[in-house]
Amino acid sequence: MALLQISEPGQSAAPHQHRLAVGIDLGTTNSLVATVRSGQSIVLHDEEGRALLPSVVRFLADGNVQVGHAAQTQQSLDPYNTIASVKRFMGRGLKDIADIAHLPYRFLDTPGMLQLKTVAGVKSPVEISAEILKVLKARAEKSLGGELAGAVITVPAYFDDAQRQATKDAARLAGLNVLRLLNEPTAAAVAYGLDNGSEGVYVVYDLGGGTFDVSILRLSKGVFEVLATNGDSALGGDDFDRRIYCWILEQAKLPPLSPEDNSQLLTKAREAKEWLTEHPEARISCVLADGKVVDLTLTTQTFNELSATLVAKTIAPVRKALRDAKLSLQDIRGVVMVGGATRMPQIQHAVGELFGQEPLTNLDPDKVVAVGAAIQANILAGNRSEDDLLLLDVVPLSLGLETMGGLTEKIIPRNATIPVARAQDFTTFKDGQTAMSLHVVQGERELVSDCRSLARFELRGIPPMVAGAARIRVTFQVDADGLLSVSAREQTSGVEAHVTVKPSYGLGEDEIANMLQASFSHAGEDMQARTLREAQVDAKRLLEAVSAALEQDGDRLLDAGERAGIEQHMADLRKAAAGSEAAAIKREITTLNHATETFAARRMDAGVRQALTGHKLEELS
Amino acid sequence: MLNLHQNHFELFGLPVAFDIDLGHLNQAYRQLQAEVHPDRFAAASESERRQSLQWATHANEAYQTLKNPLSRARYLLKLQGVDTQEESNTAMPAEFLMRQMEWREAIEEAQAAADVETLETLSRELQHEARSTQAELSAALDERGDYPSACETVRKLRFLDKVQTEIEQAMEMLEE
Repeated sequence: MALLQISEPGQSAAPHQHRLAVGIDLGTTNSLVATVRSGQSIVLHDEEGRALLPSVVRFLADGNVQVGHAAQTQQSLDPYNTIASVKRFMGRGLKDIADIAHLPYRFLDTPGMLQLKTVAGVKSPVEISAEILKVLKARAEKSLGGELAGAVITVPAYFDDAQRQATKDAARLAGLNVLRLLNEPTAAAVAYGLDNGSEGVYVVYDLGGGTFDVSILRLSKGVFEVLATNGDSALGGDDFDRRIYCWILEQAKLPPLSPEDNSQLLTKAREAKEWLTEHPEARISCVLADGKVVDLTLTTQTFNELSATLVAKTIAPVRKALRDAKLSLQDIRGVVMVGGATRMPQIQHAVGELFGQEPLTNLDPDKVVAVGAAIQANILAGNRSEDDLLLLDVVPLSLGLETMGGLTEKIIPRNATIPVARAQDFTTFKDGQTAMSLHVVQGERELVSDCRSLARFELRGIPPMVAGAARIRVTFQVDADGLLSVSAREQTSGVEAHVTVKPSYGLGEDEIANMLQASFSHAGEDMQARTLREAQVDAKRLLEAVSAALEQDGDRLLDAGERAGIEQHMADLRKAAAGSEAAAIKREITTLNHATETFAARRMDAGVRQALTGHKLEELS
Repeated sequence: MLNLHQNHFELFGLPVAFDIDLGHLNQAYRQLQAEVHPDRFAAASESERRQSLQWATHANEAYQTLKNPLSRARYLLKLQGVDTQEESNTAMPAEFLMRQMEWREAIEEAQAAADVETLETLSRELQHEARSTQAELSAALDERGDYPSACETVRKLRFLDKVQTEIEQAMEMLEE
């Protein structure tokens, strides 16, 4: 018989509560959600038992939204309002989309990020992605039977700052607490490495529906260290479909077609591509709106010829990543294939030939990213106390500032391990100059015009000095999500000019708030009630965190007075959280955060000392 | 508090020297990150998350500085209060300048001829050169404590790094 447990006075008897956390692979073609249950990572299915949710969103005139299979089946019938592959538009302007002419959507060239006109109004890619995330969130909460504590959302490793920020905003809009943005190849490596107990240097070759990533990782005793990453955030399985589609137009000598016919042919092209994975030839037959019949046969050989340049486009980034990691092909222990598009035999063949070894395909290339994200989400949510997993990721593209003559000055080089901060001093160009405009860019090219513009801001209030006398220190900080913030400060003067910005693609805080408002009013939710609930959740989360910290280190690191102070603020927050005033809760959260500042610093310090002492002891033995 | 008085060597429990045990550095770095990385604090309070970000950033900076021989030598000299004069002092032994010119010419020629193989050979040659320059640094810094000579070697190594970058850029251009 099991004995009943009685806890020490003052300590909580409740077993550590399992927090519900999920990993979400927000893909170009398909999206998935996975979780860890009883130590097992599992992909969550919809009611029909399907794991993959097609990343297709259809807006209806009555305000309803269809997501997934229901939307996908309507794609040919309602091409304007049925948005597929929205991931390609995240953080992108109209001029960034290469094949805009082929797409049926009604685009709006809005500053920063494009928007789409639908029957339900103008939609931003952030809002459209949020619709997909909402469905996955609902699926997870239904399947797990509770509210989610948080989610890890995966992004292509080669996503730039604007694309990452857009993804995080979409998650926020969907009401998800984002524990981390995780790079897709790294997520795949976690799933793969933990499954196979691998050690050594591995390449993850990740060709998704619309993005291509390659990451080189060193796996060693639970540490996943990304050495270099490269890729193309506008290259994927979709492009292979398009090659087939163009071939059909050419072979069948078709004139420019209606969006409905185009959409139908693209679907046929995708089906032919998938068929060719297992068969030597694919038959493409359909009837167009005007009754014209298309009936063609596509052989593997023709498809290989059509797609040869696309395959080659993935090989160049692999070589670049190897060079950045200062490794040669022989150093690679294994190549993990990720993404549905890696099922194509010509891809496997090309990769196998390059590395001189068979690529590893023993995990489902569609699911491996979500599974890795779920494992990481479980750890981040605090469900595992014994940490034996550490992910060290990198910045995919250099970050810099525009200097005189439209040239880029790199501040943080690509492949720097995150989090990372770098500072550089700049000076004034003219006598008496009191303001300086800073233009933050991302990319490898020397000319600013060839890089992505992330943000422009001005530092004002510089005291007048002769040209070259001011010292403006600009600091770039990239956090663990790979997101950048920039600050600038004049150093020589007593007068302080200081500014911090988070680059954005044009969507300000206000616009996000408006989108939130709109999405609530549509869902029949009360914005105020929602804000209150969110504040309460935040309060609960903070109280839990501080309680746990006090329990662990309160006696050791705080004197009675300090502890009483923190406990007083906790009581105040608890009281506010029991009330119905969101602003009051937020105020108490800020106060408690502030009050625990010193305690947090001491805990960190103690942790560091322990980590390094432990290290020395290990050496002696 | 982030102890900024502690130097990078002390942070990782290493002796203050050019010749360091890279295995020890890697291990100590990982142990430190395992403790301070933001992934350890995803569910923590905001103040702890901020501390974690600062510490993890600092650990990365310290690790990168020590891992790379050039930045390690530069940092070591800075700790000794010695300026390496990399911007101001461009004087180099004539023989080294000659070789540098030869390398640059070879890169240009190879690039014009789209000759990747020659670029790769050059790259290996430079790596070899860099290794022997590092041996010089170790002797100057750890054995003789000859800082002026170490500074000159640092400037040399910096040149080699630059040429290596040029080779890489040339190869990248050819691939595109």
